[in-house]
Amino acid sequence: MELIGQGILQAVRLLLAGDAEVWSVTWLSLRISATATVLSLALGIPLGTTLALSRFTGRGFIISLVNTGMGLPPVVVGLFVTIVLWRNGALGFLELLYTPTAMILAQLVIAAPIVIGLTLAAIQQIPEKFRLQLLGLGASHAQVVGMLLKEARLPMLAAVMAGFGAVISEVGASLMVGGNIRNSTRVLTTATVLETGKGNFDVAIALSLILLALMFLVNWALTWIQQRRVV
Amino acid sequence: MLFRLLLVVLCSVSTVPALAQSTTVILSTTTSTEDSGLLDTLVPMFEKKTGLTVKTISVGTGQALALAARGEADVALVHAPSLERKYVEEGKMQNRRLVMYNDFVIIGPEDDPARIKGMPKAVDALKRIAETQSRFVSRGDKSGTHLLELGLWKQAGSEPKGAWYIESGQGMGQTLGIANDRRAYTITDRGTWLAFQKRISLPILVEKDKPLLNIYSVMEINPANGPRVNGVGGKAFADFMVAPETQAVIKTFGVDKYGQPLFVPIAGQSEADFQ
Repeated sequence: MELIGQGILQAVRLLLAGDAEVWSVTWLSLRISATATVLSLALGIPLGTTLALSRFTGRGFIISLVNTGMGLPPVVVGLFVTIVLWRNGALGFLELLYTPTAMILAQLVIAAPIVIGLTLAAIQQIPEKFRLQLLGLGASHAQVVGMLLKEARLPMLAAVMAGFGAVISEVGASLMVGGNIRNSTRVLTTATVLETGKGNFDVAIALSLILLALMFLVNWALTWIQQRRVV
Repeated sequence: MLFRLLLVVLCSVSTVPALAQSTTVILSTTTSTEDSGLLDTLVPMFEKKTGLTVKTISVGTGQALALAARGEADVALVHAPSLERKYVEEGKMQNRRLVMYNDFVIIGPEDDPARIKGMPKAVDALKRIAETQSRFVSRGDKSGTHLLELGLWKQAGSEPKGAWYIESGQGMGQTLGIANDRRAYTITDRGTWLAFQKRISLPILVEKDKPLLNIYSVMEINPANGPRVNGVGGKAFADFMVAPETQAVIKTFGVDKYGQPLFVPIAGQSEADFQ
């Protein structure tokens, strides 16, 4: 318990003293995971909506795949993305391995199924009759989709939180595709692993607390957006 | 118009990586060099001197060498002489040069159930641990430390197997934590043991035996291993590691923090000097 107390003190000290390395690591974590989340939304919302509104053979199978993907193990994603990005790999010519871009790519693979799956569920929970009514009133297809998404905004924001939460907290993929390189690809989670390995438990605890605080702030902001018109 | 645009995009995609390649050196190394903090001192020195950027990938020695052999790195700094020689013989690595050494120690619980304290030979101590089936924590991760441990068991003629033999599968720091928690014996490099003094209470029981020497060497990766190996950058880093100024830094590294140096520089010497 004493150690956790020390860790809290250390966290406050590192942040207040403006420890440049801690700030840059925190900023990089936020930048990478926010970018990955935004990209996963750009990809996941259209795919999830299409999946929710269309009917075709094999749809059930694809939805099962998406649902499995929602729990994709980050280490597995990390391993495959690494192999693809290797100099000998399919995308080796891009020289992306051990860069923040590679980490965004891996995190996108982790977050996209979560966004697709939750979008699908959010759209599908809206009664079919609502859609038919809109069509009956003469709404165009695009207008219907717009209305549905607006109606589904509460669970959609939950999708944003779930996606962001999954990628900012994962360590397996970031460690493998980023390499935990100082001043380049070191983020809060990988730095925590490193400091634990070094036996600097107080610094590791401090970094964990900063990560938790960051996640809280982001979720707080998103919750505020989600709840402001409801109450 | 569209065609020209496509051409421009393609050109920019293909030239940017080519530029990036010549200024980036991927160093494949072991967790012990990174955890000790030595690379945090040496890498910026090298970058300032050469203008190259080093990407340090620190993993177990087994993985570090496997990555290098696939051409996924440009230079390797590792500590597993027998495995290194195998890769050099196969032509995957070249120009192997000794850089520095530190040493391994056998640590264990104060009450020393296997009675190994002060034994001069590490092999005999391990034999005694196996005979008494005293708990022992192994890295179990093909790291340089693990390979050395396996070599010692082989020499001791005992097969480490059974409930007393715990394989952590983790880095040295975590393994020390497990050994401390289970009141078990383990083999560790002295540097990590020193760094963990505040956290663990396992004293050194066997030390200063020749086979416990932990020799680090630097090797360049054969550019034939892969399409994008930066041979020039790799060689520059290898040369830097054995340069007199670098060796002088290694000689005093750790004194301010632990009161003793963590590594002994040995550039220019050969293994025969340590037999």
